[in-house]
Amino acid sequence: MRTISAGKITETVRDLCIQANRQLRGDIVSGLKQAYGRETDRRSKNMIQAILENARIAKKEKLSICQDTGLPSVFLELGQDLHIKGDLNQAVNRGVEAGYKKGFFRSSVVADPLRRGRSGYAPAVIHVDLVKGNKLKIVVLPKGFGCENKSQLKMFNPTASWSEISKFIVDAVETAGADACPPYIVGVGIGGTADYACLLSKKALLARIDAKRSKLEEQLLKEINKLKIGAMGMGGKITALGVKIEEYPTHIAGLPVAVSVSCHATRSATAVL
Amino acid sequence: MKKIISTPLTSKVISGIKAGEMLFLTGVIFTARDQAHQRLCRLLAKGQKLPVELKGQVIYYCGPAQTPKGKIIGSCGPTTSRRMDEFCPRLHKAGLAATIGKGGRSRQVREAIKKYRGVYFLTYAGCGALISKYVRSVKIVAFPELGPEAVRRLEVKDFPLIAAIDCQGRNIFPEKEK
Repeated sequence: MRTISAGKITETVRDLCIQANRQLRGDIVSGLKQAYGRETDRRSKNMIQAILENARIAKKEKLSICQDTGLPSVFLELGQDLHIKGDLNQAVNRGVEAGYKKGFFRSSVVADPLRRGRSGYAPAVIHVDLVKGNKLKIVVLPKGFGCENKSQLKMFNPTASWSEISKFIVDAVETAGADACPPYIVGVGIGGTADYACLLSKKALLARIDAKRSKLEEQLLKEINKLKIGAMGMGGKITALGVKIEEYPTHIAGLPVAVSVSCHATRSATAVL
Repeated sequence: MKKIISTPLTSKVISGIKAGEMLFLTGVIFTARDQAHQRLCRLLAKGQKLPVELKGQVIYYCGPAQTPKGKIIGSCGPTTSRRMDEFCPRLHKAGLAATIGKGGRSRQVREAIKKYRGVYFLTYAGCGALISKYVRSVKIVAFPELGPEAVRRLEVKDFPLIAAIDCQGRNIFPEKEK
């Protein structure tokens, strides 16, 4: 059986936190450049230009793309034939703390959600999937809360039509409006249980936005762009850069649908150990 | 031509600002977000003096990242303004001239801006690295225990703004009832 040390995981998570927060994903940069070309509204175009300039400065000057460096979600795909020497959760959280400290990122995490108090860097929200093999895949998604606050879940009847579901998703984006840093990346989770649909919608944000879209995704993107919210709410053609749906089997009595709205600075970084 | 305004904002300058226009601010702004707003409003409710004189001043809804070595400030873009909607009218009543943030505001905020003749500005949302370039100095002036949420006095130069709600109550965003 293959063995890796908890220390190796800590180092990797540390580096992924720094990379994700400073370097905008290549597919997002390309999506923004295309949006700049397609947008005809002058003010929105200026905003997209500022977003691209921001990404350039962040990378060059080693600053975080956004001051809100998120409550990081860490997705682990753990091969069942891999042995980890040490404490996995602790290794991940230590990596987050080390990365956020080294990167001069913001301490945005309060230990006590009700009484608040002093903020720190960790813990992250960690999701572990057991998979075949002897590798460990680590994905860090430091999503800010401006957009996280716009997440929505609805438990539909199993007989609900696609137009009802589509309306709910588009309405979620309309409700986010200009508040959550459009143009957005929209993750949709359909099926499973209430909690699982939310997780799927979050995982959907990890997909490349330049991947081929399904018919439903294409249709949703079109509807969302009809909202004309535009970059930073300035109007125009581009309200979303991408839409991704993740599905899972569900119960005969239900149809959970979750929406994760994500900002133009959708950040993630991946490594395989 | 570039329109530059400076602080403290006078009523004459405020009267000349129209919703939708782009302008630049040179002068002093104060960062404050959720926790600081709650504290400021509690002090006002008790009739106590605020740690910062608000008359003619500008609040920037921002909690910056930490300052990297050799920099003046870390990434420091705007946070969602709507979360401060419940506190904003009270601060305008206390003399606050303007706020800077991202996204839309409630009807109550727009009405308070009109009543007290203030302004609500937007700045580049999600562009904290870029915005850090307009900051010349930073000093914590209240609630240091709040960490990133402490009130900071920022000296800024040519800080980019878009007027979203002007003193006549014109709003570039549709209003949502909340």
